[in-house]
Amino acid sequence: MSDMNQQMTTRYKNNFLKEIEQQAEMGDWVKMCMQCGVCSGSCPTNFHPGWAHPPQEIFMMIRAGKRDEVLDSQSMWMCTSCYNCYVRCPRKLPITHIMHGIAEYAYRLGRAPKGQPTLHLSKTFWNNCTKSGRTNEVQLTQTLYFKDGIVSGIKKALVMQDVAIGLVKAGRLNIMEALGGGHKCKGAKGIHAMLAKARELENQRKGRAA
Amino acid sequence: MAEMKTAAYICKGCELGVRLDAAALVKVATKDGKMNLVREHDFLCSADGVAMIRNDIDNEAVNHVAICACSRRAKTEAFNFPTVAISRGNLREGVIWIRPDTDEARETTQEMAEDYVRMACAEVKAMKVPEGNPNTGTSKTLLVVGGGMSGMTAALESAKAGYKVVLIEKTGALGGMAAKLWRRIPNREPFKAPMDNGVADLVAQIDADANIKVYLNAVIAKTAGAPGRFKVDVAVESGPTVTEDIGAIIQATGFTPYDMAKLPNLGAGQANVVDQLGLESLARAANGGPIKRADGKEVKSVVFVQCAGQRDATKEHLEYCSGHCCATSVKQAMYFKDANPDVDTVVLYTDLRMPGNNEDFYRAAQNKGVIFSKGAVANVSASGNGCTVKFKDLILNEETSTDADLVVLATGMVPTTGPDLDQLNETNRLAEGGDATAKEQVVQMMSKSVLNLDYRQGPDVPQFKHGFNDSHFICFPYETRRTAIYAAGPVRRPMDIAQAQEDATGAAMKAIQAMENAGLGRAAHPRSGDLSFPTARLEGCTQCKRCTVECPFGAIDEDEKRFPLFNESRCRRCGTCMGACPVRVISFENYSVNTVGAQIKAVDIPDEFSEKPRVLILACENDAYPALDMAGMNRNAYDPFVRVIPVRCLGSVNTIWITDALNSGYDGVMLMGCKHGEQYQCHFVKGSELGRYRMSKIYDTLKGMNLEEDRLMDLEVAITDIETLPKKINDYAARIVEMGMSPFKGL
Repeated sequence: MSDMNQQMTTRYKNNFLKEIEQQAEMGDWVKMCMQCGVCSGSCPTNFHPGWAHPPQEIFMMIRAGKRDEVLDSQSMWMCTSCYNCYVRCPRKLPITHIMHGIAEYAYRLGRAPKGQPTLHLSKTFWNNCTKSGRTNEVQLTQTLYFKDGIVSGIKKALVMQDVAIGLVKAGRLNIMEALGGGHKCKGAKGIHAMLAKARELENQRKGRAA
Repeated sequence: MAEMKTAAYICKGCELGVRLDAAALVKVATKDGKMNLVREHDFLCSADGVAMIRNDIDNEAVNHVAICACSRRAKTEAFNFPTVAISRGNLREGVIWIRPDTDEARETTQEMAEDYVRMACAEVKAMKVPEGNPNTGTSKTLLVVGGGMSGMTAALESAKAGYKVVLIEKTGALGGMAAKLWRRIPNREPFKAPMDNGVADLVAQIDADANIKVYLNAVIAKTAGAPGRFKVDVAVESGPTVTEDIGAIIQATGFTPYDMAKLPNLGAGQANVVDQLGLESLARAANGGPIKRADGKEVKSVVFVQCAGQRDATKEHLEYCSGHCCATSVKQAMYFKDANPDVDTVVLYTDLRMPGNNEDFYRAAQNKGVIFSKGAVANVSASGNGCTVKFKDLILNEETSTDADLVVLATGMVPTTGPDLDQLNETNRLAEGGDATAKEQVVQMMSKSVLNLDYRQGPDVPQFKHGFNDSHFICFPYETRRTAIYAAGPVRRPMDIAQAQEDATGAAMKAIQAMENAGLGRAAHPRSGDLSFPTARLEGCTQCKRCTVECPFGAIDEDEKRFPLFNESRCRRCGTCMGACPVRVISFENYSVNTVGAQIKAVDIPDEFSEKPRVLILACENDAYPALDMAGMNRNAYDPFVRVIPVRCLGSVNTIWITDALNSGYDGVMLMGCKHGEQYQCHFVKGSELGRYRMSKIYDTLKGMNLEEDRLMDLEVAITDIETLPKKINDYAARIVEMGMSPFKGL
């Protein structure tokens, strides 16, 4: 158990609803759910096996104090951010944001499931685009293709080669990006400074240690 | 009475003159209808047309008028001649609007119109001008029974309308249940917090109102008389019995909470389990501060158990939802949260019901941190210094439990009605047979009576489902089956304060109407204003008592010679007695076995080989007839061989009409009446049920006549059946063609 996880458990004495309200982005909306299930009914993912708990069930589990089950769950990572539930919720809960808030909190506590693909993509994408201020598409694709090893990476690349060649011919993909070239932001330093300041402000707002 | 002088008027407006041969209709009215005077007019309901009729009435001594124009439901203000007998031939909605305008249809359409003219002429000749009920009652004082929220509101609303009110309260103070509440569910914006129960304000208004006379610690010893002239004996505890003259009565006796002692599995008898009313008294004791249990411990966690002993499918407890308890629990959870936001408040519900704007109230509670869990509670047990509530979480689908310092049970409402009349009658019968226990039971049951009516039909208003007071809950919520006695508030159906106040206002309005009508000798709802009333030709009466038993409103008593004795002011003019009478001695001046019988006979029956069958439709004037009219307005065509006669209620249909019709060569008879049974829609509550029961006996007669059962068709019709009704008529007409013509033609 990570330090932070330990701290939070002691701090909220198992009042998990309160913990989510104060710690997770948009968590203060969880109590407003009236359990109608319109969110679940609207979800286009149709709850394939990774989705153990639809949104309203996650909210109910939070109210019932099921801390471990919620934080370890894959469910909130499965959200594709289509915003259907958000639009349809009769109580106007920002469900998409709440799901992301809970996922992000679980990640911060170090409880996000290992090898979670959504998490992997998010991290990869973030690191990729904040590095130069622009997305390096070739490197991003490479990282994702070779996530599960060289053989599977090459296989995936071969499947997609026609698309890639097409993109290159149309001038939509710069192969130089593979070597660190390609388009970049002029002042990467400035971008980094801005992001650092944003983080600092957010930590301040949420009363977190930097 | 002056000699009968008849007149028929044929209207040519609304395309009637184009679609029909008016000259032929005039001839029919003169020759077949034998009217003394027949006139046609281009636009009968115009000022000129109306003036023509008025002139004939005033100067030609016409006193029986057949208006052959539109439906009797249309232009009632133009054709309002209260001093003469009027019949209406429905040529517009009943003929031209339901027939296609084609050359092939012209002949049958004209025949249809001619029959309706004959029928209108025949009917009006069989009618008399209603002279009004001489048994009027002039008291305009309203009696309100029960001084709770509903009763006080009814009293105030009537007083504001200028009527005197007598308000009777059983206990020593006004306020009823509402006075026991710490706060009430909000009834105005922003619906976010409990608000003052409002009792003190109403009591002050009543004290200040000179029109309202209040009796505290008082009950009704006896209610005799009839609408407009009730004599009510008010028995005041350790005081004299006072007799009040009363015009109409509102019963607003409210409810008691369901006895939680009947719920041992939910913790009845445990120190830390209370019902909602119990929590109100804890909250009143806390006076806005932290709520403490009976043992003085401050409550830090509380669980509300919804539907405790309610909505019980096993029927051991209340079967129904009491409507207010969800919002009441929300309110009570707020008592805790408002005093101390750290108190854990959990509401365990299976279905949360928040009528009206209470949805906002629910949201406010969620915002304040009240936790709502969908769960079915299995049991409540004492544990440590509190309770453990075991329940099944219905969202997460698991058995679980939670601990609390205090558990609040949402038990439901039990109405404070008098004894169930059916049960009382049965027990009475046993007691008269000499059964000693039954005798005791009768005394016991009578002691529960609220109104102590001096009526042959029993001491109180009849009850419907679950022991709630009689009420026509679908269409006319305040109407009971006792004229000028209205039920309001939770005694009628479960409801909260806001609904009860609305209810009380509505009932007050109806009671005022009833008093005014009683003073003028007119009928109350639904034939409000009708001046006719039933009379019996007693020399023909066989004292079979069917009329007294069947009258849905208990308006008929028996005199000392065991003849029926009509209480005209209690009568609603449905005609069920007339339909019931096997010797046909009961009639109204403007509606009788003859008025309908004459119409049936007036229809021209073509011979067996004409391929023109005749189907008689007896249609209830409250639902079926308007539905037929509306079908006409929508131009939904139906068969030209039907002849429709409106009846006041299916209950007023005398079987003689049907046998006469079939005997005289009609090929089929259709009865159109309202839904009966538990979800009845009959304006007269029991009329359509009784009518149908009677009709079920007629199939033997059909067999005796060697006729097919399908010659009689009973149809349940609602006012909304505008599209389906024409289709059903056509289907039946097709069935008649299939069966072939009646063998009784031309006999």
